[in-house]
Amino acid sequence: MKTSECDIVIVGVGGQGVILISDVIGRAAVKAGKPVRGAETHGMAQRGGSVINHTRIGCRFSPMVSSGGADVLLALEPAEALRFAHFLSPEGVALVNTTAVLPVTVTTGKSRYPALQEILAPLREICKTVAPMDAIAIAKQAGTAQAMNVVMLGALSRYIPLSEDLLLAALAEVVPPRYLEANKKAFALGKAEVE
Amino acid sequence: MVVCERIPPWKCGDCQRFTGGGRGGCGRLPRHTPSSEIIEALADLKGDLPLHVEWSVNEKVALEVAAGASWTDARAAATMKHVGLNVAADPFMTLAYLGVGAGLMVICADDPFCHSSQNEQDSRRYAEFAAIPCLDPADPKEAKEMAVYGFELSEKFNVPVMLRPTTRVSHARADVDASEARPRRGRQQFIKNPARRVVLPVHARPLHTELLKKQAAIEEALQSAPWNRLELKGDAGIIASGLSGLYAEEAIQDLDLDVSFLRIGAYPAPSRMIRQLLENVSRVMVVEELEPVVEEQVERLARKVNPAVEILGKIGSIPREGELDFLVVRNAVARMLGRAEKPALRVAAAEKILPPRPPALCPGCSHRATYYAMRKAFGKKAIYPSDIGCYTMAIGMGTVDTCLCMGASITLASGIRFGGETEGICCSLGDSTFLHAGMTGLLNAAYNKARITVTILDNSSTAMTGHQPNPGTGMTATGESTVQVSLEALAKALGAGLVETVDPYDLDKAIECFQKAKEFPGLSVVIARQPCVIKARRGEAGRKSFAVGEDCAGCQICVDFGCSAIEFENERARINALCTGCGVCAKICPSAAIQEVRR
Repeated sequence: MKTSECDIVIVGVGGQGVILISDVIGRAAVKAGKPVRGAETHGMAQRGGSVINHTRIGCRFSPMVSSGGADVLLALEPAEALRFAHFLSPEGVALVNTTAVLPVTVTTGKSRYPALQEILAPLREICKTVAPMDAIAIAKQAGTAQAMNVVMLGALSRYIPLSEDLLLAALAEVVPPRYLEANKKAFALGKAEVE
Repeated sequence: MVVCERIPPWKCGDCQRFTGGGRGGCGRLPRHTPSSEIIEALADLKGDLPLHVEWSVNEKVALEVAAGASWTDARAAATMKHVGLNVAADPFMTLAYLGVGAGLMVICADDPFCHSSQNEQDSRRYAEFAAIPCLDPADPKEAKEMAVYGFELSEKFNVPVMLRPTTRVSHARADVDASEARPRRGRQQFIKNPARRVVLPVHARPLHTELLKKQAAIEEALQSAPWNRLELKGDAGIIASGLSGLYAEEAIQDLDLDVSFLRIGAYPAPSRMIRQLLENVSRVMVVEELEPVVEEQVERLARKVNPAVEILGKIGSIPREGELDFLVVRNAVARMLGRAEKPALRVAAAEKILPPRPPALCPGCSHRATYYAMRKAFGKKAIYPSDIGCYTMAIGMGTVDTCLCMGASITLASGIRFGGETEGICCSLGDSTFLHAGMTGLLNAAYNKARITVTILDNSSTAMTGHQPNPGTGMTATGESTVQVSLEALAKALGAGLVETVDPYDLDKAIECFQKAKEFPGLSVVIARQPCVIKARRGEAGRKSFAVGEDCAGCQICVDFGCSAIEFENERARINALCTGCGVCAKICPSAAIQEVRR
């Protein structure tokens, strides 16, 4: 028996805005009157480590998405998509920003960063839909590369049971007013990307 | 009292825990703790409420301040992480004898899987040891309700109460109605009562008896606490506590089971409910993270009630270490009932081709420069005890030989010297860690004539946990200005023979300074002072820029320095956009190829 309406795993690197996405979803879910759960570990994020957030919409259980249970894997960084691919359900969707953030192990020449195709191929074996997108380029079109996470949120909005109105209202609560227009545009462009 | 309307409904579990609160609030948060948001959220409320909020210098101090406030009839809470309770254990154990004035709560955030901690001890054991009630929330909503209930429970039974969230509760968010408020106005007066406030042996003995006598009444009261719930159906049973209760409930729904189910959220665990369950089932699984606290009680009761019952738990079913999750619990239950398991998905490609992404010192972090200078002066053979803070991430630099608990760098260094080590010994700890538990170690080293060098990595912040102020910063938790203690004066007063301060970005001087400390025939202290680069960057204009010029010989000395602003590509170094302009790499480049450039 299904235990959650929609399970989302959001991954990336510290500073990319993973938590903001979960925050917007959570607020929108509260507005929709749906129970919502979210969790991540703090602390190491701003030190360049991997960041993972679990968000469950319409769920009254623990905040943790189980292995093989995510309806959507939203990855702000391609290597992180693969690192957390085990959360994906076979029916799930992987939305992947294609711009790499090189870890220090790569910049110092100790490890190799895989080619995008090496990352996407195993993802395609795990789940039904893999949608790669250059969210940074799209965010630049909207006016600021900083809105990359909101581009991804716009793409995600296609796959989650929350209305665009509520998501935008929640977005307005968490971004500074002067950046709101650019963020709304980023959201719309991200949404259009997965049409 | 605390007004709760200010707390928005979708929030960190941590921030939700004040709704039953009173006047107190003290915390001490070593490292990137699962409890730091509590004080920060309370500090924000302070302007509107009659509330004292402080960052105490350590957990023992925090609990004692909170106890004093409680004895003055103000509700009080001290918040810490599980390892912090070890520091506060002395007052913690005896406060249970002496009792409270207004409600007193110890909020102790446990961290199964050591997400951000040095061990994964189970604080439910501590509550049991001290003979006080423990409330074990499964989610932020329960945490909020338990905070209200806990203060009342504390007052009713005249004992401190522990609230024990785990990481997945502390760092969880959920829809929570935070609108309830319970104002309570205390007498604001300390009432003298030596028999209950002065723990002479003649007082302690009857107080211990009294504490033990209360236990039955506490347990009886907790039987009807809303977090202990029993549902009887079916011949198999599940008992689950805290967060594990949610994993078990999800497993029951996922597998569509008819099983008897006991959820426990308050300790001492409800014996009557456990007995009832045991009388009605032929086998039972106990699901709890970390220690078999409930399981041991179930085993004891089963011997009396139903010796034939099969008890599944820590042996073979539920791991005793690390975190549980839905799948682990689901599969354990499925095995018990002969149902199919769902294997956890493994992605071979991820394990094979992905580069590791470990957390690292920030680009431009001054700790890196300090450690570089330290190692230049002391050499490869020297011993480098270190401590708990961001700087532990410098383990790859060869200057972190030990890390035990807060403040232990100095005392381990002393012990290593007295144990007979003849090489140079240079230990290091941050300013906040020094003020937490390093001062007594430095005093001890001076008094007992330890010939070591102590380095205080002074970035004027508690950086690892999110830049909380400390007594070295001249600012309180609520942003008021206060006395700014001098680390130099403290080090001298505690008996250090040589105290030197240096800017680690000034690399030559820093090396010289460590050289001097190394040669000093006694206890020396080096204070390496440079503000945390994250904090400095926030307000900085006009920082310097550096680039690698034609002279780069590809020697990789700068790359080995380990700054993430330095990359290596096509046999040459390159400086990327992460550069903060500290300029240390320019100083270590043997070809003088790294130069300051105009932006």
